[in-house]
Amino acid sequence: MRAEVQEFYRGTYLENTGRYRGIWAWLTSTDHKRIGLMYLYAIAAFFIVGVIIGLLMRIELISPGKTIVEPQTYNGFFTVHGIIMIFMVVIPGLSATFGNFCLPIMIGARDVAFPRLNLFSFYLFLFGSFLAILSQFLRHGPPDTGWSFYAPYSTTTGTNVIMATTAAFILGFSSILTGLNFIVTVHRMRAPGMTFFRMPLFPWALYATAWIQLLATPVVGITLLMIIAERLFNIGFFNPELGGDPVLYQHLFWIYSHPAVYIMILPAMGVITEIIPTFCQRKVYGYKAIALSSVAIAAVGYLVWGHHMYTSGMSGKSLWLFSFLTFVVAVPSAIKVFNWLATMYKGSIDMKPPFLFALFFIFLFTIGGLTGLVLGALATNIQVHDTSFVVAHFHYIIFGGMGFAAFAAVHYWFPKMYGRMYNIKQATIASIIMFIGFNLLYFPQFIIGIEGMPRRYYDYFPEFQPAQIISTIGGFVLTAGLILMFYNLIRSARKGEKAPANPWNGTTLEWQIPSPPPLENFEEIPHIEEKPYSFK
Amino acid sequence: MTDNHHSASAHITPYLTLATVLVVLLALTFVTIEITSFDLKAWNVTLALLVACVKGYLVLSYFMHLKYENLLIKILVGMVIVLFALIIIITYIDYLFR
Amino acid sequence: MEHQAKAHLLEHRDDEASKLGMWLFIFTEILLFGGLFLVYAVYRAMYHTQFHEASLELNVIFGAVNTIVLLVSSMAVAMALTALQENKVKLSRQLIWLTILCAFIFLVNKYFEWGGKFEHDIYPGSELLKKLEHGHILYFGLYFAMTGLHALHVTVGMIILIVVERRIKAGKVHAGKFVFLENAALYWHLVDLIWIFLFPLLYLIT
Repeated sequence: MRAEVQEFYRGTYLENTGRYRGIWAWLTSTDHKRIGLMYLYAIAAFFIVGVIIGLLMRIELISPGKTIVEPQTYNGFFTVHGIIMIFMVVIPGLSATFGNFCLPIMIGARDVAFPRLNLFSFYLFLFGSFLAILSQFLRHGPPDTGWSFYAPYSTTTGTNVIMATTAAFILGFSSILTGLNFIVTVHRMRAPGMTFFRMPLFPWALYATAWIQLLATPVVGITLLMIIAERLFNIGFFNPELGGDPVLYQHLFWIYSHPAVYIMILPAMGVITEIIPTFCQRKVYGYKAIALSSVAIAAVGYLVWGHHMYTSGMSGKSLWLFSFLTFVVAVPSAIKVFNWLATMYKGSIDMKPPFLFALFFIFLFTIGGLTGLVLGALATNIQVHDTSFVVAHFHYIIFGGMGFAAFAAVHYWFPKMYGRMYNIKQATIASIIMFIGFNLLYFPQFIIGIEGMPRRYYDYFPEFQPAQIISTIGGFVLTAGLILMFYNLIRSARKGEKAPANPWNGTTLEWQIPSPPPLENFEEIPHIEEKPYSFK
Repeated sequence: MTDNHHSASAHITPYLTLATVLVVLLALTFVTIEITSFDLKAWNVTLALLVACVKGYLVLSYFMHLKYENLLIKILVGMVIVLFALIIIITYIDYLFR
Repeated sequence: MEHQAKAHLLEHRDDEASKLGMWLFIFTEILLFGGLFLVYAVYRAMYHTQFHEASLELNVIFGAVNTIVLLVSSMAVAMALTALQENKVKLSRQLIWLTILCAFIFLVNKYFEWGGKFEHDIYPGSELLKKLEHGHILYFGLYFAMTGLHALHVTVGMIILIVVERRIKAGKVHAGKFVFLENAALYWHLVDLIWIFLFPLLYLIT
């Protein structure tokens, strides 16, 4: 490292004090802050790949029939786009990145409970991701099943399903171990005086998420093994010719994959709950409601999986039960939205990029959530199941929700992580461009979805084309915003103006230590006397 | 300030307790084999599972020391069992009523 | 409310945390096997009679012996922990070897059981299975999947126990620091616990 950079990093976690130099100092580090950053860089890289695949899909869809690729290739595209975005980006997502970086600091600890296990989780993440990428290039061709690997197609298609499902299994294991680590960390390593109800809300969200990671992921693990067993040994669980039921696969798959969406969104909501009080300089409205609603979402979220399967032939009682529970689980989310807005009321609002992203989050997440009710209701679901309406819905929630929350998180904690500030104006402009591009990209898909445009379809009726064109343009506008944002952040990480320890006047513990933090976070572990978000 | 290492006063399960639990478990194993040798229709699987649950409870409480652990772990074990049961019950609501 | 030790990061040792971590891992194993139990539950309800017919292929004596062997092994490792906590290191190591021996007997039994099945052309994808009823095919699929995954865990458990025993011999695990044995024992009890349910569900279907 150059002398001036070395000087800047002295005394912080970015200084290399161990036996290793360069990249090895990072790859062998058990420091939660470095692990969090390594996850961030890997996930950002995978995100870019996923965006590129998404853009290729949008180019293909700009006109009916073949535009740039053959149908089989298109099937491979939407499969790998899903695998990358779901398993390699949004599920590790905010937990592995900002969870790792911030959780110990925010609860007054020096690291997580099991630092070496943490690094092992990261290695599993890299290895699983490598296998997922490998599945694209091996002999039998990239998987074409969709990221959901539905039987019986996944058990009979000739493509590299075994490699991809193995990759997902390993990635799942990484997720499980991170969840385990965070649960023990929260239970055992809070600073003296920090009771559960004095813990800030991002740790609460991470805690609820960790439980989902721990308990739901094994179910998809065993399910993926069953797919492999079908392909290798013809075991018959999902094969009607041998007595099996493909719908049972769907049950098993969604028993994980529905809670998985809460893995994606709960930390995101936690981030928003941190940002809003800081930029309104007001304590959170309804702290306990937000804390407990995270847990409620996690708990009820285990029981709603069948709403992905209304058209599969389930029993009437089942349909009724799942729809009812789906409406129940919407309530705690709505509570959060109400509490965020109430926190802003009469607050001293500072429209910095983190807060702007948070506002965009609330808008986009609300649209996603409301359209979720259209999907959750039995009658309307029949019309929109497996159409672009679903695609728009989940992109509003996952990308508009968790994605924008991730951008908010980067812009919030950037000065803490790097000790530097980014260009506020560029960040603001980038966020607005992304917001506009996002809505152009996905809103038309609601409309044509209701009109009958199927999802995962390569070809379509000409009347859907105008909307598809707008959508594709939106994709490129969004990408322009992303490029500006990435440029700003990457440049500022090295050359940005020095940032103070607490640029936003936040009250949580990470803002009470230097930027960048020292290796062991705290000189002395603080003793917690009061509730969080006490703004003077 | 507790050290979080095990102090000398940590509970140690006596050999006699462990041996007694084994004897009971072996007895219950034979009970299971016996009751499944008659045809009691739906009761067979219910009773066999019930006995298995009793055996499981004994293994959890005494071999796995759950009886003497702190309340947190006991609650968590209960929670996981409830979750698993709910998953089976809800899936059954599909299959039984098709 | 636990107090954070002010000890430096490197000296921080929290046995309760290690144990909690192990219990959490056990929860994941319960859910992992749980998926297979779910599949079993669904198909047994669907094909009750055929499950019964197919289960007659299994030898209840083999299954009962294996059950007894695992129950004894569970007691043995629990006693090993007691012994170590009372600083009776030699007894503890002997009891762990007894546990490992039981595990080995279990696996040998399993080897013969499965071998017998293969000899009779009973395995997923075999010619014989194709001629059987749906319920039979699914039963055997579940039999191999569940006992196979379980046997894999028995093997892993054996290896962990051997590692623990070596560490006790080296003095790294002792009366003042025994959480590693405690956790290894928990893992072993889980293996026993799963078999407690597998045995009646696979071998004793009336």
